[in-house]
Amino acid sequence: MNTTDQLVLMANQIARNLAIHGDDTATAETAAHIKAFWDPYMLRQIAPMLAAGGNGLSPVARAALERLCIA
Amino acid sequence: MIFQPQTDHGTPASTAAEMVTVFIDGRSMRVPAGTSVMRAASENGTSIPKLCATDSLESFGSCRLCLVEIDGVRGTPASCTTPVAEGMVVHTQTPHLQILRKGVMELYISDHPLDCLTCPANGDCELQDQAGAVGLREVRYGAGETHLGQAKDTSNPYFDFDPSKCIACSRCVRACDEVQGTFALTIAGRGFESKVSAGLASEDFFGSECVSCGACVQACPTATLVEKAVVEIGTPERAVVTTCAYCGVGCTFRAEMRGEQLVRMVPWKDGKANHGHSCVKGRFAWGYATHRERITKPMIRAHIDQPWREVSWDEALAHTVAEFARIGAKYGKHALGGITSSRCTNEETFLVQKLVRAGFGNNNVDTCARVCHSPTGYGLKTTFGTSAGTQDFDSVMAADVILVIGANPTDGHPVFASRIKKRLRQGAKLIVIDPRRIDLVRMPHIEAAQHLPLRPGTNVAVLTAMAHVIVTEGLADEEFVRARCDWDEFADWAAFVADPKRSPEATEMLTRVPAADLRAAARLFATGGNGAIYYGLGVTEHSQGSSTVMAIANLAMATGNIGRPGVGVNPLRGQNNVQGACDMGSFPHELSGYRHISDAGARSLFEADWGVRLDPEPGLRIPNMLDAAVDGVFKGLYVQGEDILQSDPNTRHVAAGLAAMECVVVHDLFLNETANYAHVFLPGSTFLEKNGTFTNAERRIQPVRKVMTPLSGLEDWQVTQGLANAMGLDWHYTHPGEIMDEIARLTPSFAGVSFARLDAAGSLQWPVDAAHPDGSPIMHIDGFVRGRGKFVITDYVPTDEKTGPRFPLLLTTGRILSQYNVGAQTRRTENSRWHSEDLLEIHPIDAEDRGLKNHDWARLVSRSGETALRITITDRVAPGVVYTTFHHPATQANVITTEFSDWATNCPEYKVTAVQVTPSNGPSDWQQRYQAQSDRARRVDPVPAE
Ligand code: SF4
Ligand code: SF4
Ligand code: SF4
Ligand code: FES
Repeated sequence: MNTTDQLVLMANQIARNLAIHGDDTATAETAAHIKAFWDPYMLRQIAPMLAAGGNGLSPVARAALERLCIA
Repeated sequence: MIFQPQTDHGTPASTAAEMVTVFIDGRSMRVPAGTSVMRAASENGTSIPKLCATDSLESFGSCRLCLVEIDGVRGTPASCTTPVAEGMVVHTQTPHLQILRKGVMELYISDHPLDCLTCPANGDCELQDQAGAVGLREVRYGAGETHLGQAKDTSNPYFDFDPSKCIACSRCVRACDEVQGTFALTIAGRGFESKVSAGLASEDFFGSECVSCGACVQACPTATLVEKAVVEIGTPERAVVTTCAYCGVGCTFRAEMRGEQLVRMVPWKDGKANHGHSCVKGRFAWGYATHRERITKPMIRAHIDQPWREVSWDEALAHTVAEFARIGAKYGKHALGGITSSRCTNEETFLVQKLVRAGFGNNNVDTCARVCHSPTGYGLKTTFGTSAGTQDFDSVMAADVILVIGANPTDGHPVFASRIKKRLRQGAKLIVIDPRRIDLVRMPHIEAAQHLPLRPGTNVAVLTAMAHVIVTEGLADEEFVRARCDWDEFADWAAFVADPKRSPEATEMLTRVPAADLRAAARLFATGGNGAIYYGLGVTEHSQGSSTVMAIANLAMATGNIGRPGVGVNPLRGQNNVQGACDMGSFPHELSGYRHISDAGARSLFEADWGVRLDPEPGLRIPNMLDAAVDGVFKGLYVQGEDILQSDPNTRHVAAGLAAMECVVVHDLFLNETANYAHVFLPGSTFLEKNGTFTNAERRIQPVRKVMTPLSGLEDWQVTQGLANAMGLDWHYTHPGEIMDEIARLTPSFAGVSFARLDAAGSLQWPVDAAHPDGSPIMHIDGFVRGRGKFVITDYVPTDEKTGPRFPLLLTTGRILSQYNVGAQTRRTENSRWHSEDLLEIHPIDAEDRGLKNHDWARLVSRSGETALRITITDRVAPGVVYTTFHHPATQANVITTEFSDWATNCPEYKVTAVQVTPSNGPSDWQQRYQAQSDRARRVDPVPAE
């Protein structure tokens, strides 16, 4: 598994574990979690696939990452 | 210094608050009610002769040596079994008593070899002392029948049993029962025939139930049970109190020395974590410290295919720093990182993270807690506000219901397990949630009220179902919740768990826990009095490790089981200093004391103290460092005291990451597996060779003291300081105490800690601050550290690791008593006699399906890789589940484990891997290739003759 796939797996897993709170809260919490624990390198690694549509990311994970990568 | 054994007051201290006045030999004294006459006298400087009494055991009253006279009392009562009473007048020395005692002693000595001069216990023998104390000068009995000349049992690798010296005081038997709780010994026969026996008559110690904890050796007043090391080396001449470097119980020991040679480790009676008890590892398995495979000279090589070359410390440090500088210049400063160790001291760990943050200029620092208790940090910080267990160990003695989940204390935390067992024998109830029938489920005099053998990976579903029962049956402690927690969050959580789809019945198919048992366990926990939860890696090492920790915290809050003795949430930490390594800022997102690196206020404190700017963004965690290495952007790593190649999941990926780096620096005692990929090897120092502190699972900071000179010449903190200074950082600590002063200055929960205070108090439990100047045995007493306790909804999300036709079994992993973690230390001791290889436990049905017989070789395959090991057939594991330990590198158990990890912390999912097991002829190709490569990687160039 390459790093990008690994990061997609991680982001989806975070989103999935927070999904119970509903999409809006889950998106905000996923973004906050990633911001708190991921090295910026990891965000830079995932940014290109996100820009290319984020195929494979769950909607909550994608929305959360978009907030972080675009912000 | 003259060697002095610890004072023995004969009977345990009384805990009564009421005081009484007694008069002993004309002196008045006040002692707690319930104190024995013997102890009252001893505490006030009068030692009454004794043989069968020792203060680690309840009094027994068999030897009749401790007789006294008491005004108004007929006869001569035994002082060990007679409690003091108000106004009691006691005489310990009268002509009549002297005659009686001499007579008793004469009988003992007449059946005892008179070889004191050549006896290993000469000078440290209570029989010898007491013969002197009662003034015995001659023995009138002739050569009748005696026990002399009986064969010695030398089967235990660490102690001998010489029955001819036994006085049948049964201290050993009682120690095994009362202190250790193993019940391995009996006094067989009666009267003159009485004989200590380890189980059946045909068995020796090694073949018996004995777990080699040493409690009987400790209790024996004669040389009957004696350490082999004392026989070989002689009695010690000085003692230094220090802390065990194995597990998170943190037992304290007297390292008893002759010169620089360690004779024995004797558990320290004043140790607050262990109260004078020990296990086979800390007590006996320290031989690795002087093992011939210890590397004591720094070594370097340009490429991992080359043999090592020994160099001076100066050359090794200069080379390392030059390499790191080259890598920084070529790839940028983020290409470097460091890993701190939970085996090293707080001071050493603090320096490694400081080196990374202040020296490398990034936050790429992580610790082996990543692979064990990182979810504890996340889960307890979120719910309670602090990343640590809530209780001291003593608290268990006030528990009424003990819930053990995902932990195997009798193997992993044996000394604390002995306390649990003692409390259970006193009548507390036990609930075990574990896929395996761990020993605690059924032992002598112990039977769990409930064992819920859940399917691995369903912890959250089981705990939520327990919460469902508690909420829907009206068993929650709403008064506590209203007073202490956020009520709205509780209400949301209660509604969530009350959903019928989370009931035990609805989830039974998934968890495989019978609903009725689960309901019974939940009711018992909620209504049985003080409920205490103890958990281990079976909770954390899952894709929902953090959720499980939070589910545990929810359960404790919902039942009001927080903030007083007897209750609480207690992570059982694996390694000696996991707690400390986490406290010291070893995680990439946190400074010491769990302050996020993005917290400008906290950062500025460090920046002012260290005189550097710190990066405000979190750094890479271990798995991310390895990913980045494979990507070609992470190139240099300093690993102190950890073997990530053996201990981290998915060995092939770790190997690929390490192989892609240009400078891997391993700082360790031995050429470990990671060192196969290293370019620099810096020899480490053992816990016996350094000063510092460890922090155990109950947040207890305890001194580690140097008892011998480091074989490499330097303590580990000095090596890190050397690296820092070679990088131009200008550090000048002259003693670890100064590092602790810096930690205290920068870490609010350590504000009141210093070496002087630790020396005075023996140990301190953080937080030690203005509000808690003497530390905090129990946390969250009046309120949670975060304010109000936070209920977090923990949705059960099944792991992605699924069984299927190719991989139909679930593998889970664990550890065994005699070995420790990757085994680097214990494998280099006689402990290997108890566990010379890792075995795969498999249920009889699964074994039969595959045509496997006991001890056959089996191929163990997952989608990550395959290995081979022998099997042992047992119904301890349920059908569909297999289990192994990971103490031996040859097993390569982590070739099997996958890259799946905890959602919040990336703690690897060691406890669930879908596998297939098939017959095999022996080690796999990978194992054989690995062994060859590892032998090649360990070559050291011979030093040229001068
Ligand atoms: S060493 Fe421990 S387990 Fe073994 S017999 Fe002695 S007290 Fe019992
Ligand atoms: S072995 Fe030692 S402790 Fe046990 S009964 Fe004999 S003398 Fe007492
Ligand atoms: S229980 Fe743990 S700390 Fe205590 S002696 Fe054993 S290994 Fe050491
Ligand atoms: S010491 Fe009191 S009876 Fe043995």
